[in-house]
Amino acid sequence: MLQIAAWKRFTIWAVCLMGLLLAFPNGFYSRVEMHNDAVAEIEALGSTPEREEAAALWPSFLPSSLVNLGLDLRGGAHLLAEVQVADVYVERMDGYWLGVRDALVAIRDDVGFVERVEDAPEGELHVRISQAEGLPAALTAVRALAQPVASLTGVGATDISVSGRGNTIIVSLSPEEKAATDNRTIQQSLEIIRRRVDEVGTREPTIQRQGSDRILIQVPGIGSAEELKALIGTTARLTFHPVIQQTSNAEAVPGPGEILVQDLDDSSLYYILERTAVVTGDDLVDAQPGFDQNGLPSVTFRFNPSGARVFGRYTTENTGAPFAIVLDNQVITAPRINEPITGGSGQITGNFTVDSSTQLAVLLRAGALPAEMTFLEERTIGPDLGEDSIRAGRIAALIAFAAVLVFMALSYGLFGIFANLALLLNVALLFGLLSLLGATLTLPGIAGIVLTIGMAVDANVLVFERIREELKTAKGPSRAIELGYEKALSAIIDANITTFMTAMILFALGSGPVKGFAVTLMIGIVTSVFTAIFVTRLIVVMWFERKRPRTIEV
Amino acid sequence: MRLRLVPAETNYDFFKLRYVTMGASVVAMIVSIVLWLTVGLNFGIDFRGGTTIRSEAVQPVDVAAYRQAVDALQLGDVAISQVFDPTFADDQNVSMIRIQAQDGQESVTGTVIAEMEAALKAVDPSLKFTSVESVGPKVSGELIRTAVIAVAAAMAAILFYIWLRFEWQFSVGAVVALFHDVILTIGIFSLLQIRFDLATIAAILTIVGYSINDTVVIFDRLRENLRKFKTTPLQEVMNMSVNETLSRTLMTSGTTLLALIALLFLGGDVIRGFVFAITWGVIVGTYSSVYVAKNVVLFLGVKRDWSKPDGGSGGGGAGTQFANIDA
Repeated sequence: MLQIAAWKRFTIWAVCLMGLLLAFPNGFYSRVEMHNDAVAEIEALGSTPEREEAAALWPSFLPSSLVNLGLDLRGGAHLLAEVQVADVYVERMDGYWLGVRDALVAIRDDVGFVERVEDAPEGELHVRISQAEGLPAALTAVRALAQPVASLTGVGATDISVSGRGNTIIVSLSPEEKAATDNRTIQQSLEIIRRRVDEVGTREPTIQRQGSDRILIQVPGIGSAEELKALIGTTARLTFHPVIQQTSNAEAVPGPGEILVQDLDDSSLYYILERTAVVTGDDLVDAQPGFDQNGLPSVTFRFNPSGARVFGRYTTENTGAPFAIVLDNQVITAPRINEPITGGSGQITGNFTVDSSTQLAVLLRAGALPAEMTFLEERTIGPDLGEDSIRAGRIAALIAFAAVLVFMALSYGLFGIFANLALLLNVALLFGLLSLLGATLTLPGIAGIVLTIGMAVDANVLVFERIREELKTAKGPSRAIELGYEKALSAIIDANITTFMTAMILFALGSGPVKGFAVTLMIGIVTSVFTAIFVTRLIVVMWFERKRPRTIEV
Repeated sequence: MRLRLVPAETNYDFFKLRYVTMGASVVAMIVSIVLWLTVGLNFGIDFRGGTTIRSEAVQPVDVAAYRQAVDALQLGDVAISQVFDPTFADDQNVSMIRIQAQDGQESVTGTVIAEMEAALKAVDPSLKFTSVESVGPKVSGELIRTAVIAVAAAMAAILFYIWLRFEWQFSVGAVVALFHDVILTIGIFSLLQIRFDLATIAAILTIVGYSINDTVVIFDRLRENLRKFKTTPLQEVMNMSVNETLSRTLMTSGTTLLALIALLFLGGDVIRGFVFAITWGVIVGTYSSVYVAKNVVLFLGVKRDWSKPDGGSGGGGAGTQFANIDA
């Protein structure tokens, strides 16, 4: 006989009720969104009458999570950046040079003169010694500088590999150290991008690592990908170098340990600088836009204690000499040191506008990106297009929904209406789950919902058709219903598991809108199986208990 | 009174025309592959790199004037087309402009896009650029690879699952049917030159999911009937199974198509290609479950005596004797 235990009935209805409750806020999207924003603002910035008013738009005892709208529905910008992780190797090698030199100078009797080979491959440090027979001793001395790798996978390995060829010592990062460095570079880049994007107050950015060296950045509501790029695109690496010479010759050959750098404003002006920076932006603790004594926009900065000490010592020793402030390999300005700067703060003047000085201050405050980024993919979607898509999607979904409801009622009569009830609950559950998980609804996702509406009836159709067949063999209505559910189950399970598998693959390999589609499809499968197997069945059983019909027509 | 897509009792012979349908499927697949290789797919920027700009204007779109403006910038291959859609307002004139990936540039430069926008605005000041998308050649190459892996992985997973739940002949039949659906979808996209992008791959995977759903329902009934009618020839059991599930097959395809057609006409042009692919897939998928999948199983034969272990040599097992019964 048809029997469903009371606790099961209760659980089924409770799940449906939960779904309805969770889906409910989506019916009042803009109102709930204003409420949520206001609540967040009150928490972050304190309460104002306007915010309280906005917060009161939605009662706080009701659930307030909403389905996130994807970029293609609300507009915004999407960037896929590749971090040039190898940049960091070069820097690391530069950093090692001083240590290597000191170590070799200490054993000068064995190795003779020491010099750095300038045209070494990128990311490698080549050091030439004048006495080739001292190579073994030199290698031992350099190897002693190696540090253990600080990562889980690189336990037991050292950070550099050292080899010798003729009279040259070759130092490069070990593979383990490269892996650990890459990881650090990406983590740092993620953090800095997050700070830069959030500094200017844009809302809910998605900043994720993708693969080994890529970062995906999605910011809803921003005007264009260009704007976003300007915000995060520059490395903002600030360094202070001693100036050797100023020149207008772009072909000038800098001496050993020196670099040729172009001026930011005057492209015909070049500076020859010492390669090793006195201080870098890493030592900055604060940067603010301001004005200099002539009333022109400038950026004021402050060093941390160790930066201030180094900078103070350098300016004391080199009063009267020029030094260059370099941003991303371009000289912003190269003033003369008029007096020792020991207070740890200073001012960058250059050809700034108010906007550019503000932006530079933001960038400096957030810190420099450890490496440069190239952009592999960028998309801008205007808010109008998203609105059009939502409108079209909503109309299409409603019509599709109505058509399916009518079709089912015509085909299966009363049972069709039961299935329709379940279908309504199904869509509510789908939205409820999407809100609960904070999943993102994209345009293909709307298509996924429409497709789910079409396919969700499948399980019910399977059962109803089976009941029809069982009725032909005249077993009586209650037995026919029972057999219908029992025998249709294996087909329902197999069919939905296979569909679910493809949706999972779609989720794993897809990106952006496609992922959103996969999520709605997966949730749709789960909710439609639940409503077909449990909800419709419960409705049918409850109807059957009340009416006790002698014959049924499906 | 009930709406019935098929009579309550059917006894169509789905094998009567099996050489015709098999032939038609094979021809359609060959035509699709030939089209794919000769005409080729109209790849979107996801797969070939480049930039697309979607513009909206109050004035009617003048493709020739747009082209003239853009050609002056010498950006290589430029495609400009007007977009029509019943959901657009009267003063909403939309066009799509696609430029190829620029040589030697991984990232897409904002200056090129700014120049383009300025040149177009000179033609029609009312132009708005509602979306700008750029994909570098490096990513597009990877996206193709990922797409191929995704489709292959889906098929492999299904092959394995069906083999686990049914017999290997069923899983081969199911995957051949899926392959058929995918090839025909690629064929129609080549024929009609509809833009083929990442969303299309999603659509193909959805088709795979839908088609397998249909096939599994028929197989499930076949499995049940094979246990019930142990001595009836395989072909007859298959026919019986298809007839019994016919009503369900058409009902589900019917509701799904109903929903999809609403979306196809009213869902806007942005997802039209995507919805078209799924709609096409539902039709082809329904056909292939009825005509392709089971014909392959019939051809391969199936183990019939479920009480004994598979004793035959080779994969065919004890059921091979029932294969090709009247062929």
